[in-house]
Amino acid sequence: MHIKPLQRLRSLALVAGMSVTGWAQAESLQVSIEIPRLKVAEYHKPYVAVWLEDESRRATQLAVWYDVHMPNDEGKKWLKDLRQWWRRGGRSLDMPVDGITSATYGPGEHQLELALDREQLAALKPGSYRLRVEAAREVGGRELVEIPLTWPLDKSALPLTGSGNTELGAIRVALLP
Amino acid sequence: MKRNVLGRALLAAVISAGVAMQAQAHRMWILPSATVLSGESPYVTFDAAVSNTIFFPDHVALPMEQVAVTAPSGEQVPLQNLAKGHYRSTFDLQLKEEGTYKVSRASAGLRAFWKDAAGKRQMWPGRGKSADDAEFATAVPKDAKDLRVIYDYRRTETFVTAGNPTSEVLAPTGVGLELVPVTHPNDLYAGEIAEFKLLIDGEPAKNAEVVLIPGGTRYRDSQNEITAKAGSDGLFSVTWPAAGRYFMEAEYEDDKAKAPATKRHGVYSATFEVLPL
Repeated sequence: MHIKPLQRLRSLALVAGMSVTGWAQAESLQVSIEIPRLKVAEYHKPYVAVWLEDESRRATQLAVWYDVHMPNDEGKKWLKDLRQWWRRGGRSLDMPVDGITSATYGPGEHQLELALDREQLAALKPGSYRLRVEAAREVGGRELVEIPLTWPLDKSALPLTGSGNTELGAIRVALLP
Repeated sequence: MKRNVLGRALLAAVISAGVAMQAQAHRMWILPSATVLSGESPYVTFDAAVSNTIFFPDHVALPMEQVAVTAPSGEQVPLQNLAKGHYRSTFDLQLKEEGTYKVSRASAGLRAFWKDAAGKRQMWPGRGKSADDAEFATAVPKDAKDLRVIYDYRRTETFVTAGNPTSEVLAPTGVGLELVPVTHPNDLYAGEIAEFKLLIDGEPAKNAEVVLIPGGTRYRDSQNEITAKAGSDGLFSVTWPAAGRYFMEAEYEDDKAKAPATKRHGVYSATFEVLPL
C-alpha cells in the first residue's frame, strides 16, 4: 500500500540533496507499521509517532500521524497522549512539520519510506539506536514498540521485526534500493 | 484523542452515526470527594464534567441546571458553592441528615436525524442545542429522507452516605433508563460482587449493555473496561477487581416509543467508589 504524503515526503528528502557517504543516493529506510483492526464499540484511528533514539535518548523524528484536519488545529490537543514521544522531542516541535506529520491511518499495513540522504538520517552518527513506534487511540489504549538497531543498518540483519499486542501489529524495518 | 464538537455527548451524536448501540466518546460524570462519611454534618465536594478521560475533566463542564440532590428524607437540597469552570463544574453538599443522598441529572426529549435534499446529514435539536418537543412539528420535515425519530433519555447519578446507608433515594421514578441498586451503592468493596437492576420506564431494561471503567485512565495503557449485560429481569452484577472510583455507563434501545418517535433510547451513567477490604 502506498500513501501519498509519504511519497511527497520521499521526494522532499531527495531534493534536499544532502551528499552522503556510505549510502547509495536513492536508498530508503522502510518502516512497515501494522495497525490492527479492533472490535470496539467506538473506534478512532490512532495517533502514531515513529522516531529513532540514540543511547543518550536523543530523538530523530521520522513520522507523526495525528488529526491534522480538525479546525483550529484542535487535533494537537491529544499529541501529548503519545506520552514517550512527547518528552522525546514531540513537545518542542512546531506542528505540523513538513515531511514528518500526516493524517491518521486506519487498520492495515502502512509503509513509511524515508530517503537515507534526507537531512535527519544523513546526520545520524554510527552507533546503537532504538526505533520506537508509539500509538495512542481516543477512548482506547496506548502502546510503544521498540526495535533495537545499529546505524548504519547491517543489511545482513534485515529485515528487523517487532510487534505490538494491542494498539500496534507487526513492525518491520528494511532498506529499499 | 480528538474530534467532537462541544456537547456531543449531551447530544447522542452516536445515533446520528446510524449505530443503534454504541458508547459515546465523552463520558458524563459527577464525582464526589468521598462517598462514605461519618461525623456531624460532614461536607462532600463534587466535580462534574463531560470528558474522554476518566476522571479528568478535558472536554466541557457539566451543565448544572438539571442537577438535583435528594436527601435521605426525600427532600430536595440546594447545591452549595456552585461554580462552573471551563472544564468542570464544582459544588459542595453538607450532609445534614444521616443516610444516603442521591445526586442526579436527568433529561429527555425527542431527537431527529435525516438527510436533506443535498444529501447532507441533519439533526434536531442542533449540535450542542436543546429544544422543546413542541417544536418538533415545525423543525423536522416529515417527508425527509432517512428520517429517524428517537425519544432519548439521559441520566447521570452518584450517591453519598453519612452514617448508616438508607435506601429511600434509590427508588426509581419510572421515567427513562434508571439504575436500582440491589447492593447499596455506598457499600461497595474490592473483591465483592455488587448487583444492580436497570429499568426503562419502570420495566426491566432487558439486554441493556453496561460498561464499567476504573478511574485513572491517564496512568495506564488500556481502558480496562468491564462489560456486562442486563438479563431479562434487568439485573446484572459486577465483581470489583480493585478499590477505586468507577465510571459506569449503561445503554438501552427498543422500538416501544411514543409517536412521533419510533425508537426509545436511554443512557444512564453513574460514579461509584469501591473501598479496599
